[in-house]
Amino acid sequence: MPLRLIPDETKIPFMRYAPLAFPVSLLAMVASLTLYFVIGLNLGIDFKGGTLIEVKSTAAEADIGGIRARIGRLGLGDVEVQGFGAPDEVLIRIEAQSGGEAGQQVAVKAVQEALGFADYEYRRVEVVGPKVSGELAQTGTIAVLVTLFGVLTYIWFRFEWQFAIGAVAALIHDVVLTIGFFAIIQLEFNLSSIAAILTIVGYSINDTVVVYDRVRETLRKFKQMTIADLIDLAVNQTLSRTILTSLTTLIALGALFFFGGAVIRSFTAAMIWGVFVGTYSSVFIAAPILIYFKLRPAAAGSSGPAKA
Amino acid sequence: MLYFARWKIALIVLSVLMGVVFAAPNLLPAGIAASLPSWLPHKQLVLGLDLRGGAHLLLQVERGKLIEERAETLVSDVRQTLRAERIGYRNLRVKGTTVSLTLRDGADAERAMTALRPLADPIQSGLFGQGGVSEVDLVLDGDRITATLNPDGLEARVRSAVEQSKGVLERRINELGTTEPVIQREGTDRILVQVPGLEDTRRLKDIIGQTAKMTFHMECADGSLAEALRSRPPAGCEIAEPADESDGPMLIESRAQISGDDLVDAQPGFDQQSNQPIVSFRFNTRGATIFANLTRDNVGRRFAVVLDDKVITAPVIRSPILGGSGQIEGSFTVESAQNLAVLLRAGALPADLTIIEERTVGPSLGQDSIDAGKVAAMLGMAAVVIFMVIAYGLFGLFANLALAANIAMVFGILTVLQVTLTLPGIAGIVLTIGMAVDANVLIFERIREESRLGRTAINAIEAGFRRALVTIMDAQVTTLIAAVALFALGSGPIRGFGVTLVIGILTTIFTAFLLTRLIVATWVWSSRPKTIPI
Repeated sequence: MPLRLIPDETKIPFMRYAPLAFPVSLLAMVASLTLYFVIGLNLGIDFKGGTLIEVKSTAAEADIGGIRARIGRLGLGDVEVQGFGAPDEVLIRIEAQSGGEAGQQVAVKAVQEALGFADYEYRRVEVVGPKVSGELAQTGTIAVLVTLFGVLTYIWFRFEWQFAIGAVAALIHDVVLTIGFFAIIQLEFNLSSIAAILTIVGYSINDTVVVYDRVRETLRKFKQMTIADLIDLAVNQTLSRTILTSLTTLIALGALFFFGGAVIRSFTAAMIWGVFVGTYSSVFIAAPILIYFKLRPAAAGSSGPAKA
Repeated sequence: MLYFARWKIALIVLSVLMGVVFAAPNLLPAGIAASLPSWLPHKQLVLGLDLRGGAHLLLQVERGKLIEERAETLVSDVRQTLRAERIGYRNLRVKGTTVSLTLRDGADAERAMTALRPLADPIQSGLFGQGGVSEVDLVLDGDRITATLNPDGLEARVRSAVEQSKGVLERRINELGTTEPVIQREGTDRILVQVPGLEDTRRLKDIIGQTAKMTFHMECADGSLAEALRSRPPAGCEIAEPADESDGPMLIESRAQISGDDLVDAQPGFDQQSNQPIVSFRFNTRGATIFANLTRDNVGRRFAVVLDDKVITAPVIRSPILGGSGQIEGSFTVESAQNLAVLLRAGALPADLTIIEERTVGPSLGQDSIDAGKVAAMLGMAAVVIFMVIAYGLFGLFANLALAANIAMVFGILTVLQVTLTLPGIAGIVLTIGMAVDANVLIFERIREESRLGRTAINAIEAGFRRALVTIMDAQVTTLIAAVALFALGSGPIRGFGVTLVIGILTTIFTAFLLTRLIVATWVWSSRPKTIPI
């Protein structure tokens, strides 16, 4: 017989904790936004322009201090030199240079001349000029907004308007907290981070829809039950699925985080955070909103959810 | 839910098999896969530059400079036309895209307009075919004439500059001898250059970053350089900077005698006496004739070979050169001589190009990423597979079978459509694994629930599938919305992620709705279970 990870019939009164969860979530969101505005994101070159050079030393260990000294002399402004993954690998970030698009190329050339081609192998060179970085930020934001809007519309069609509001509230919650996550641990925010946020949106909505689907079904089945009990029932019924799925996704992401290489590590870190946040928001944001927006009026068994 | 028509079963099995068959060549080394007979699927995944290594450059045509140059040409066209017609004018000036002048005698207005009219004739651009666009708007106001370059005409200029640049870049990059470079237009004024497998981009950048406009000028006959530097150069002459800073500037005639357009060949070589690297060239008939006349008439004078406004060499003509070929001795290295030969053969760019984005990945990093991605995917898979068996026993095995088919189909589709697989794309596949598992978890949990409600085994399975599939559909469609937005609106890594996610969602819907159901149905009909081992 297969292992039962979750007891068959749980009766956790989730909605009793909802009045507690709301202020906590709100506080976390405010904190995230404060962090975003006060500390700000650690923007990568994709969004602020500049140059990123990854070098691998031919020696067993890269001389980070030496690299810093040699590049520091070039007068390229803010230069960041740090180890990356293995001890012989170094990441060099150079701020956007004046002199427009051509200025960036001058900087790359200067660094390559300063470090030479004998001691270092250039594994990655990324240069994003000011023009492109502005466009990338714009398209990234548009992608997030269009996704939110698409999801809102779909849920509105498939469910009721309260569900659409709940789902989008949960999504905004997840996006804001993820941005807070990026701000607090100063994880580099680049194009992949946008992909991560959108994936989190996808995962979270997936999770929310599963719960909502059950709520809709339960609504039809139990015409007399109060909305809070009904949601508790639906959440409990889907609980084992929620936990199993989160676990398997976390396992897959964990493998990616530890073994997927340094390039996508920040992407997976954000995703792992997103799985937690997304799961939490389905139960404690998306579901209780149905109560507050009076999905089922005080008089039970009314018009709302009768649609097939 | 558990009944399948024969044709449906056949179709499902066939789809999975196709996925496996098309994905299979990826397991072979590239050389062997390529040598498979053509009736066998032999395509392999297209790896993005981040995985196979290579250079990605986004170039932009310098619109401002192009327009500036066009306006200058217009001024000189106007000047020449009016001079030829002997019409007096003053205040000929250019401001932005408008050239204006005032006629000395208002009575010349009609004559001037007639003479200038051809400038406003539509340019024949083969690209558009619809009769071309008139580039210049001519307006007569009293004794003032303005000629304005209109936006449509400029737009057409930019377009054709991009198109021509593309051709020139193709010729130049092909000279590098790399495989499958991609050179394509992006938007209205950009060109994307992708060269797989190129490790050192310095040469690539040297080659594409240069306009390579070569012209031959005579040294200015009247006036000295010192005087020109002190005040200003005599009419028709200009000061040209040297390419090699150890040489001094030179006073040359503004008018070019011959340009690189008339070259038919250029090759790097060595000078027979000094053994220095040189570039030898050959003119076409027209160029050869001009060159012969020029060298015959000017023995003893110096002429300058000017590349992108810089003098690369300025030899004295010792004897007429009649054969139409010659050699340029600058201070070349072997490499710069090679580069110049390539540039001269490929022709000059019609406009300056600026690199606005560069992403270069060395092959070793690409290989590391592939390895890391493989390890992560394998470990992730293994963990999920074990986990599913622990959680669901026999049904976990069913789920794993469906998952394997799902992954094979994802790779099959990626291979058949030749979608470029990037590192974020691999992340998308890993997420697909997660979602595929979720679909099965939803089904199995529902079957458990239904059987707890006291249904018979077959009934519980029936109801479990029916109910769970509604949820799966809703969940997958909402995720699909996000994935499509990523694919449609995103660029670069976002797009790569979106594309595998879209494919993954589709195969997941297929496996959840059909394959898992077929597997479970087959098991039900063959073993007729009383209870469900779940």
